[in-house]
Formats: sequence, structure tokens, C-alpha cells
Amino acid sequence: MTLKEGKTGMNLKIAAIEDSPLKNRLMTMGLIPGTKVTVLRSAPFGDPMAIRLRSYNLALRRSDAEKITVEAV
Amino acid sequence: MSTLAVALTGNPNTGKSTIFNELTGAHQKIGNWPGVTVDKKVGYVNHNDRAISIVDLPGTYSVSARSPEEKIVIEYLMNNKLDLVMDVVDSSNLERNLFLTIQLLEQGVPLLIDLNMQDEAAARGIHVDMKKLEELLGMPVVETVGRSSKSTKKLLDVFTSTVMSQYHPSELVESHIENIRSIRESGKTAEAAEEAVIEARYALIDRIMAEAVTMDNAGLTKSEKIDRVLANGVLALPIFLAIMYGVFQITFEWIGQPLADMLDELINENFLEFATASLEGAGVAEWMVSLVTDGIISGVGAVLTFVPLIFVLFFCLSFLDGTGYMARIAFITDPIMCRCGLTGKGIMPLMMAHGCAVPAVMGARALDSEKDRMVSILVTPFLTCGAKLPIMALFAAMFFPEHAADVVFGMYIIGIVMAIVAAKILGATTFKDQGSTFLLELPPYRMPDMKTVMIETWDKGKGYLIKAGTIIFAASVLLWVMSNYNFSGPCEIDESILATLGGWMSKLFVFHGFATWEAGAALLSGIMAKETVVATMGVLYGAAEVSTEAEEAVEAAQTMLGTGMATSFTALSAFAFMVFSQLYTPCVTALGTIKKETNSWKWMGFSAVYMFAIAWVVSLIVYQGGKLMGF
Repeated sequence: MTLKEGKTGMNLKIAAIEDSPLKNRLMTMGLIPGTKVTVLRSAPFGDPMAIRLRSYNLALRRSDAEKITVEAV
Repeated sequence: MSTLAVALTGNPNTGKSTIFNELTGAHQKIGNWPGVTVDKKVGYVNHNDRAISIVDLPGTYSVSARSPEEKIVIEYLMNNKLDLVMDVVDSSNLERNLFLTIQLLEQGVPLLIDLNMQDEAAARGIHVDMKKLEELLGMPVVETVGRSSKSTKKLLDVFTSTVMSQYHPSELVESHIENIRSIRESGKTAEAAEEAVIEARYALIDRIMAEAVTMDNAGLTKSEKIDRVLANGVLALPIFLAIMYGVFQITFEWIGQPLADMLDELINENFLEFATASLEGAGVAEWMVSLVTDGIISGVGAVLTFVPLIFVLFFCLSFLDGTGYMARIAFITDPIMCRCGLTGKGIMPLMMAHGCAVPAVMGARALDSEKDRMVSILVTPFLTCGAKLPIMALFAAMFFPEHAADVVFGMYIIGIVMAIVAAKILGATTFKDQGSTFLLELPPYRMPDMKTVMIETWDKGKGYLIKAGTIIFAASVLLWVMSNYNFSGPCEIDESILATLGGWMSKLFVFHGFATWEAGAALLSGIMAKETVVATMGVLYGAAEVSTEAEEAVEAAQTMLGTGMATSFTALSAFAFMVFSQLYTPCVTALGTIKKETNSWKWMGFSAVYMFAIAWVVSLIVYQGGKLMGF
């Protein structure tokens, strides 16, 4: 599955990030294969989503989250 | 001894600027880094008989030279001989903060590491073993508590006593540097190598975290609990609106407006009378008295009375920014802003635009992509800034006395709708090929540091004061000359240069219902500053004195109803005039800011022309459409 389908409360592990201009930035922010993330919540209308990783919270759009493959922990 | 040169670096939201403000207080100089519009802040302080200069580098997550900020940080650190570089780290968020630390160590920059926000980390059950961290990195580590000025002041002792040349990267760091060198030389593509390097950095960070940091799981954090209310689901939006309503109440009702009224009385009554009396008493020529009182004092005074409103609004917004709530506003409004062709991060500039377009245009710097930045810069001037409000208030009170508030509110809506439409069109045409992203840290909620809020308010609002002293001053003199003279000498106003220019301008509005030279002249002067539209109308229609205060619009309307203005407009043409004023060319100060921020005369010219064209068309539709419907 991709992070886009993540539901509030899910604990996930990043498997891979699709190549895109954003990939380098996402990795810099700590989204590395193997990193654990928790889905915190969605903004009204379901997008963007907030996730917790590496002791901080990050908001990203679902269209970008779609590029991140995750697996359940 | 020579001045000790210190630079502060670190991630955003680590309290770095608070430390900088605490250390240097008012002794700061804010300039621009060469070639880019990023603030350069330098502060000076004396401690233990040593002069210290401190540079506050922009907050960045990395120094990969992707953004102008990142470029500035790395270039500054590489090209300047610094005695000390302090890396401010949020102790409760060490994992991500260390990324920048490691990257800087790779570049051979020796660092003093400051574990800030120790109190917050402790509250969240995070304990950092400072000795261990020092050992793992080979660099000195100190700690500070977020808001405690005592703990911050101790840093000055550290600055004067630490000798960085005594410290060398640890073996662990050295072997990491060796490791990434071999990755870069392994013949992978640049991208693949860069990704492998990022992974190597986080592998090192994971190891440091395991050895130097212990975490007791303290359950839900305070921020998490607050977010469950403020940033969760549908309830978040009404709460946001309520908070914004509060901000506007504070600005326009409770604090800002009463201060503005006091200032108005001080300038436009007390000082004006005093100046007139002393000038006349000193036997100054009549034209000179008129220039100073009718021209300069009324012109500059009209702008100065807006200063309290602007400052109170910016104070509220800076305060909210300091709490961390602004990031939540960006988060919860992104879906709406996104549908409007903008981004959630653009909400702050948009709100500022209701005070003044100048800081709003500058605020667009914070946006992620070039597309978002340009679109935001080009559409914010459509909104109803503090200077357009008096125009709307006066016309509404004169021509729609029964529905004045609704009509003014309608103008706000027209501004917002036009900004959205323009954002949509620009996004789908000129900037079609560029992507928009939204990646935003949601920092923990914090009590903002008041010193930092004050300094930020001043930074944002001072442009307005400068405008009053420069552009408005010059515009007032120019307007006074143009309305009192023609090429053969002093004359009555309806034969003046202004009347001639206004007459030319008015030819454009034959089908808009307000093709009078007075309206043309007022609009022309409005390009210098929107405030002057009302002032010019007052002068041209021969009213003794018209207040440019929105609050006094009803009185002003009474005065103006006794003049020719009442018969020059019908309700419909007045409405068309309001629509035009709402949407047309931004004032010269805003245009100057657009030039500076886009670094392009072309975009400035585009902004001036396309807004004029849109205003002309929309206003024409309103007038002709209204006539067809029988208004």
C-alpha cells in the first residue's frame, strides 16, 4: 500500500519512495526506507495528512504521500 | 582583542531567533543577503570586555543548496572566518535536527551544539546524555531552556571561553565522512549517490540516538492533545474562523482603532492647529502654510493614522505564528486554498494583505515552490488592504446609507473572489508547467517569546512607516502642487494640472458612469497610495476637511453629500467606482515590493497592467450589467 491510503492511528514502515523531484526533500526530512511513521490525522476534507516520524510531526498532501510505499508494522 | 565572530545556525522552530533576540536585544541590524530577499540579521554585544558580533543565519533543515536560504547558510559558513558556529538544536526533536549538524560536520565546520528547549524535552520524557553526545561527535555541547533568558545569557560566557580549535571530529564522524566519500566516488548517478548519502546520515543519527538519548514514553504530548481539537476534522474550521474574527476585532475594534483615533486627533487636530498657528505667527507665506498643512500634514497624517491598525494586526499574526498555530492554519486550510489554486502556506500572506499588501508580498517568501510564490505575489494586491477600506467606507456611507456595512463586506468578497479567479487562471496558464507541493512541519505548541514577537511586528510594520515618510510625503507635495498650479502659475483647482490629467484619465471611464475629471484625478493619485483617493476627492469637491478614517465615514459622508460629489455619482456608478478602486493597480510601494521580490521589472509591469485591465473590465460589467437590470 502507499502512505496515501493511511488511516488515522495506523503505524507504518516506509518501504520505498518513488523517484520524483520531491524524493530528495522527503528523505532529508527523515523519510527513509525503514523509518516508522504514525498517521495522526487529516485536515478537513481528508487532505493533507499529518504524520509523526522521528519525534516530530509533518504535514503532506495525499498526492505526495501516494509516492511513498509503506507496509504495516 | 578583535571582535569575536559568532554565527547561529539550526532548523526552523528550534528557538534560534529567540536566542538571537535574547542575546543581542535591540542591537541588531537587518539587511538583505546580496542578490536574494532573505533577511540578514546581525547583532552586537559586549561581554567580559570582548566585543561579539552574532549573525543569525536563516533556519534550514539541510544545507544541500536547494533553496536560497540553504545556499546562504553554507556559503556564509564556508567563506567567512568565524570564531564560533553554534548549531541550535531542539532537544525534543534531536533526530531530525542532527541531520543539519552532521551535514555541517561533513563540510568541516566545527560546531558548538546547543541543546535548546531542554524543559520541553524533559516534559516529554526525553533525556539527552550531553557527555555522551560530546564524545560521539567530538564537539562541545551546551544546553539552554527555551524561554529562560538566564540560561541564554550564560551562552555569552561559553562564547568567550570556548576555543573551537581544541575540538576535533570524533572517530565516528571521521569514519562517516570517509564512508560518504566512498559513496560519492562509487560511480553511482548523482541522484542515487545523494540518496545513499542521506541514508548514511540517518544511519549515523540512529546510532547516536541509541547511545545518547533515552525516551520514557510519556503518552500523548500536550501539543497532540491540543491538535485533537484545533487541527482535527470539521471542528477545526469554525475554530479557525473564530480566532480570525478575534484578531480582526482586536485590530479594528478593541485596540487598533482606538489607538488610531487617538493618533488621528493628535495629528489632524492638535498638531495641525499648532503648525498652522506657528507658521502663520512666523509670517510664512500663505502658499507655504497651505503646502505644509493641507499638503504634507494631511497627507502624511492620513497614512500615519493607519499605523496602529497595521501594527496591531501584525502583532496578532506574529503572536499566532509564535505559538505554532499558523502551521495548523496552513494545514487545515490547504484543501480549500488548494482548490483556489493556492497553497495552505499562503494563508498567512493572504491575511496580512488585509492589513497591507507590502508585507503580504514579502511574506510569500515562505512558500515552497516558485509557482506558489509568484501566484501569491500577483493576487494578494486584489484584497482589501487597510488603505482601500476608507474609500469603501465613504462611498458606502454616501450612496448606500441603508446597507453600508453589507456593501463594504461585499467589496471584501469581490476582492477575495477576484484573487481566487486570478490564482486559478495564472496557475492554469503562465505557471501551468510548475508543480505545487506542501510539506510542512507542525511544530509543538509553545508560548511565544514576547521579545521575538515585538521584533517581528516591527520588522513587518516598519515598511509602512517608511512609506509614510518617503512616498506619501513626496506624493503629498506633488499632489498639492498639481492641484494648486498649472503651467502658467497658481490657479483654481479645476484649472490645475491635476484637473487636466484627471480629465485624460476619465476618458477611460466613459462607459463606467464615472467619467469626471475628479474621479480620474482621485484614481490617479490612488496609484501613489490608496489612502489619497478619499483625500483627493475631499480636496477636489471642495469639502473643508474629510476624514480618511473608515470609522468616521458616516460623518465624512455627511460632509461630502453637501458637495458636488453627491450629484456626480449615481448609486450604480458609485458601486462601479468602488469595484474599480478595489481591483486596480497596486500602489507604488506595493509595486516596488513586487519588483524587489520577483527581481523583475517585467512582473512588476505585468502586475500593474493586468490588475488595471481586470478592474476596468469587471467595473464595466458591473455598470453596464446594472443598467440593463434597471438599477
